[in-house]
Amino acid sequence: MNKVLGFLDPLLIVSAALMGVALYLIFMWVPTETNQGAVQRILYFHVPVAWGSMMGIFVVSGSSFLYLWKKDEKWDRLAVASAEVGVVFGAMMLLSGMIWARPVWAVWWTGEAKLTTALILFFIYVAYLMFRAYFPPGAQRQRLAAIIGVIGAIDSPIIYFAANLWSQAHPPLVTGPAADADSALGSDLGAVLLMSTLAFTFLFIYMLQTRYKIRKSEDDIVELKRASNAVEASQA
Amino acid sequence: MKDSLAVIWAIGRKDLLLEIRNKDVVVAVAGFALLVLSIFTFAVDLNQANAKLVGPGVLWAGIAFAGVTGLNRAFALEVEGNTLEALMLAPISRDLIYLGKALGNFLFIWVAQLIVIPAFAVLFNLIVFRWEMLVICLLATLGLSAVGTLFAAMSVRVRAREVMLPLLFLPVVTPLLMAAVESTGHLVHGRSWGDMAQWLQLAVAFDVAFLVVSAFIFQHILED
Amino acid sequence: MVSQAIKLAIKAESVVKNYGETAVLRGIDLQLPPGEVTVLLGSNGAGKSTLLRILSMLTQFDSGSVTVHGLDLSTQGPAIRAITGSALHSPMLYSDMNVRENLMFFAELYRLEKVDDLISEYSQKVGIQDRLDDRVRTLSHGFQKRVALARAMMHEPLLLLLDEPESGLDTGSVGRLDQIIDDYRSQGRTVVMTTHIVEHALEIADRAVVLKNGNVGLISTSSKAEQSDILAAYSSVYDK
Repeated sequence: MNKVLGFLDPLLIVSAALMGVALYLIFMWVPTETNQGAVQRILYFHVPVAWGSMMGIFVVSGSSFLYLWKKDEKWDRLAVASAEVGVVFGAMMLLSGMIWARPVWAVWWTGEAKLTTALILFFIYVAYLMFRAYFPPGAQRQRLAAIIGVIGAIDSPIIYFAANLWSQAHPPLVTGPAADADSALGSDLGAVLLMSTLAFTFLFIYMLQTRYKIRKSEDDIVELKRASNAVEASQA
Repeated sequence: MKDSLAVIWAIGRKDLLLEIRNKDVVVAVAGFALLVLSIFTFAVDLNQANAKLVGPGVLWAGIAFAGVTGLNRAFALEVEGNTLEALMLAPISRDLIYLGKALGNFLFIWVAQLIVIPAFAVLFNLIVFRWEMLVICLLATLGLSAVGTLFAAMSVRVRAREVMLPLLFLPVVTPLLMAAVESTGHLVHGRSWGDMAQWLQLAVAFDVAFLVVSAFIFQHILED
Repeated sequence: MVSQAIKLAIKAESVVKNYGETAVLRGIDLQLPPGEVTVLLGSNGAGKSTLLRILSMLTQFDSGSVTVHGLDLSTQGPAIRAITGSALHSPMLYSDMNVRENLMFFAELYRLEKVDDLISEYSQKVGIQDRLDDRVRTLSHGFQKRVALARAMMHEPLLLLLDEPESGLDTGSVGRLDQIIDDYRSQGRTVVMTTHIVEHALEIADRAVVLKNGNVGLISTSSKAEQSDILAAYSSVYDK
């Protein structure tokens, strides 16, 4: 019994319930937007996952900083968990954004400031994960990864500022139905977006927590192996 | 303070002496960048308008990619003989090692540009010999070597360091590259300081931020 | 408490160092008084070199504490490095600079004065005075190790750390090395070295520390009675 319920984390239950409500609102309740058509519904996913990836970056940089300061393993675990979940959310954000932009803006991609910033930050945190995978194990790996996390945080406002300046000089070519349409969507959109964002926030926290726990188990396994190696060595 | 500067200069001068003997880094950076420029002369139809449009981007992309090879090389030399550890044994704080190595890398990329930029002017038929270009190059090189030295030191122990360094380095320096490309763009269109001011300010902010942060953070990097 | 720590050249308390699943040091406790020559013994992978690298501040330990002449290793790095000289496994020299240039460069990092005098004095001591203008690349491994030894001693450290200093040296140089170590002892300075030549080590050392699987297996002063114990302990480790 416990085994079954063990999987049913309260966070999982909450995010599943919220996600159900959000899906109902998105596909059944909210009316189709007249200007963009059905494709506009992608935004109800795109905005929440973008928010999730931002939270991911925020948590990576915060906990990286705390790791360098306190040298406590838990901050390193939180950083790596957050980077992995954040990169997944980031990939979903980029893909959903492109699928939405093609019919609405008539381009897959453009040099708009938020897009450029998101893409570059995505690359930085992919590099963060690759670095961790390539570096030999030991405390140095954690210190260096934390440094990348902190550097990414320092870089992000500079990237955004530069991307903004750049897109002012080179206005993005956007010609689709959304090019001149101000938000004619009304309060329905706001409500659905809020609900969906709430659902994805809980999903993010649930995934973060799960990854953190797995990470903890991984560390425990390494420690056990180390201890068993010690016993073997002393018996040999 | 005087001692610190002396130590930074000692490390930089040592790198300079080795570079004069081996010519490893400057030749790698200049050669690579020249190759990128040459490939673009036939990859793109370089009429006057096109050259002004794509030239600045090609130039700085070439320098950035070439810089990666140079930075890799510069740290590989320090690791082959374990001499980085000899620097770590000295009774100096680690930030001085960083600043000394960054000084060396700054000089190498700078000298490589002295070769690359005239070649760029010739191949793309653009007039770039103006004071503005000197300032753009200085600011860009400072930022590239500030970030590059940090990441090169971090990638030294990675299995695939030739792959790791560009993956870390290039996204982080993107804003600096944007600043260099846009400023050079204004320059080849005959515009002057006023138009590029915001970009140059951005480059200064980038350089200062990463020099200070990297020097501060370097103490966490070296020891295994 | 503090004054006792200052009296000790090295004080290590439960020092742990792990690389992933591999535990290199599992809680080393060590107290070494100044003016003694200590030899670290143990089989490959016992943790000798890692311990020396930690004392040289090339490697950070995961937990525990180390003081050198009362200075805390994790907070007073530059001060400790100023009184420590290390000649470790690799010579750590710039192979495209000559011996003199190498020594001058390191003298600059240590902010030494009268560098030319120092270089001629120490190159005599290790027997490289005829090779000062040769590039390091052209020197044999033995010569490179001698240069490394000169570099480690030029700032007259209180603590000298040597990792297998006699490997690659000819008999004459080993004699010179023994002389240097003797001088250090008579000046009240401390030497910590690793070696695989146990009998020779016990002749020159005041104290032997046998490391086994990242723990201290046995500490002893090398009175004749105990020498056999050390040999027995050492060979029991070494046979495996």
